[in-house]
Amino acid sequence: MTQKNGTLLEVNELRTYFNTDDGLVKAVDGISFQLHRGETLGIVGESGSGKSVTNLSILRLIPDPPGKIVSGEVLFNGEDILLLPSDAVRKIRGRRIAMIFQDPMTSLNPFMRISRQLMEMTELHLGHKRAQAYEHAIRMLETVGIPDARMRVDDYPHEFSGGMRQRVMIAMALSCHPELLIADEPTTALDVTIQAQILELIKKLKQDTGTSVILITHDLGVVAGMTDHVIVMYAGKIFEQARTRELFATPGNPYTKGLLRSVPDPTAEQGKLYQIPGLPPDVAHLKPGCPFAPRCERVEEICRQEFPPFVQLNADHFSLCHFAGDVFAESGGSSQAS
Amino acid sequence: MNATNTETNGSSLISIRDLKVHFDMGGGGVFDKLLGAGSTRRVVKAVDGVSLEILKGETLGLVGESGCGKSTLGRAVLRLIEPTSGQIFYRDKDLSKLNSRDLREQRRNLQMIFQDPYASLNPRMTIGQIVGEPLDTFGLARGKDGERRVQELLETVGLSKRFIKRYPHEFSGGQRQRIGIARALAVDPDFIVADEPISALDVSIQAQIMNLLERLRREKNLTYLFISHDLRAVRHVSDRVAVMYLGKLVEVADAKTIYDEPLMPYTRALISAVPVPDPAVEASRQRIVLEGDVPSPINPPSGCRFHTRCPYAIDKCKEVVPELVEIKPNHFAACIRISPQQPDIETVAPNDAPGLRAL
Repeated sequence: MTQKNGTLLEVNELRTYFNTDDGLVKAVDGISFQLHRGETLGIVGESGSGKSVTNLSILRLIPDPPGKIVSGEVLFNGEDILLLPSDAVRKIRGRRIAMIFQDPMTSLNPFMRISRQLMEMTELHLGHKRAQAYEHAIRMLETVGIPDARMRVDDYPHEFSGGMRQRVMIAMALSCHPELLIADEPTTALDVTIQAQILELIKKLKQDTGTSVILITHDLGVVAGMTDHVIVMYAGKIFEQARTRELFATPGNPYTKGLLRSVPDPTAEQGKLYQIPGLPPDVAHLKPGCPFAPRCERVEEICRQEFPPFVQLNADHFSLCHFAGDVFAESGGSSQAS
Repeated sequence: MNATNTETNGSSLISIRDLKVHFDMGGGGVFDKLLGAGSTRRVVKAVDGVSLEILKGETLGLVGESGCGKSTLGRAVLRLIEPTSGQIFYRDKDLSKLNSRDLREQRRNLQMIFQDPYASLNPRMTIGQIVGEPLDTFGLARGKDGERRVQELLETVGLSKRFIKRYPHEFSGGQRQRIGIARALAVDPDFIVADEPISALDVSIQAQIMNLLERLRREKNLTYLFISHDLRAVRHVSDRVAVMYLGKLVEVADAKTIYDEPLMPYTRALISAVPVPDPAVEASRQRIVLEGDVPSPINPPSGCRFHTRCPYAIDKCKEVVPELVEIKPNHFAACIRISPQQPDIETVAPNDAPGLRAL
């Protein structure tokens, strides 16, 4: 379907399970997707949907025990990361795949100067000497828009504000020019005005460097503005995946539809806000059938009994639902012959 | 004209007059002088002269970035934080003057819902005890009566009455927020401060809690001060919105107006920063990205506190502290570069400050 040479990352049938006192938690249960070079993929879902575990699995950062990548492939440039020896993975982490996390305060070492933390990256991965690494650190801070970078490079993390710390994290992540940047809720802890700054920065850096990005978020607004493709996750499964514009215009899954409708639209006057009833499922005790069935407004008997099929609606559009075709048609979607 | 003078009619439930909350951070002692840190005490002016009317039966949304003082203001209104100066009138009683016994009496009518549903419920108390405690405190219901009342309250907020013997850790974030709401409702209040009640919740649960708060307002005739940094949520639940920046109100208007025709450069920037869940809109819209962070409230900028980040700032803005002025009917803004005659900052001549002439 897609050109192999354009694919940077291919995840096939990935399953990551956790053994807990509560039973086996299938946090990620058989998901597959591809990421092309230079593209941004958004992964949306509520807490517990498996979006963060997916990305920790890509980097093999799942704590084992209790977690375990049970099966699947993570092909990065055609090479399966899951089969590599751990020191080879360490060379990929930070160098070719970098990650930024939600809370910049807990991801920076409070006892180390910013300069030291940035230099560590390039000394380790690029073999920089001290002076070279120091200059590189300053240049990276300038790239991410820290004013007076030369004066501030020797500060400690607590001397920076939340937005500035997130910029430092981005500087650190990009300092070895990675091919893939994974950003896990990079702006959730920030104010909207700072969020806008950081998102613009990620967009600009992506244009300049051609880095591919996986953006994990619960905010559909952020996804709309930042991504080319979107994956919607629920209970460890991909519920829907499509090009961003198509997903927002003609969703083919009742869960996606519900999510889109439950965000208040500031530009429109509306009465009662649509709400998805009930709570996200306890992944340790899933019943047979569709995991969303108890909350779904168009649920039928078959949904409670049989696990739904992953239906292809369009060239790049899939939905996990017994009635995917109907839902898609109701949203006004039509499959184009490709 | 001042915001306080316009609506002193009978419909106002809470009336805040020139409220200030300053936190003394110390400093200025002998040691500081020796170390060259200067001889002035460091004072955080978290709320610095706020006047606001909250009308009976309305939801007033209070928005601003973190550190702007919105939570401090919400708490000071209930005197959970002692105000430094100013007055808070509730049904003609000045809450800021009450002694602790009279204040506690009034708390029956004034309740609060907190942001973090994980931290605001005592983990060692059952749901029945948590929701029933206010009934006990105010001697409203005891024994079997109390239990029945707690069951009613749980059902009102959409929880099963079987939960009465369970502990907070057995519940999800959204359910805990419902428990917090039930506790606030126990004493039958008429005013509730909701401090970021949905920020910690998942998207699908946020909608549930917003709808619940709205239903309760209608059924129980409540008045809310809804504090949030989420402008989409505030726009949805509020009748009027107040925008706060570094301890001061900068714009007050009804929710639709403030969204469709914001006057203040700061409000415009805030609104344009909110991502819209529509790729077509996102691709085409012009976003005003503010430079830098919110300045420290210890040493706020002189004059208009927003001048360091404002794309329209002129030299005068560094000198004059702008007053909240009624620019259009019921639409207040604090900016010297606009006036009732020239409300659109885009059309004001460069370096002109029509707001100064009106004073």
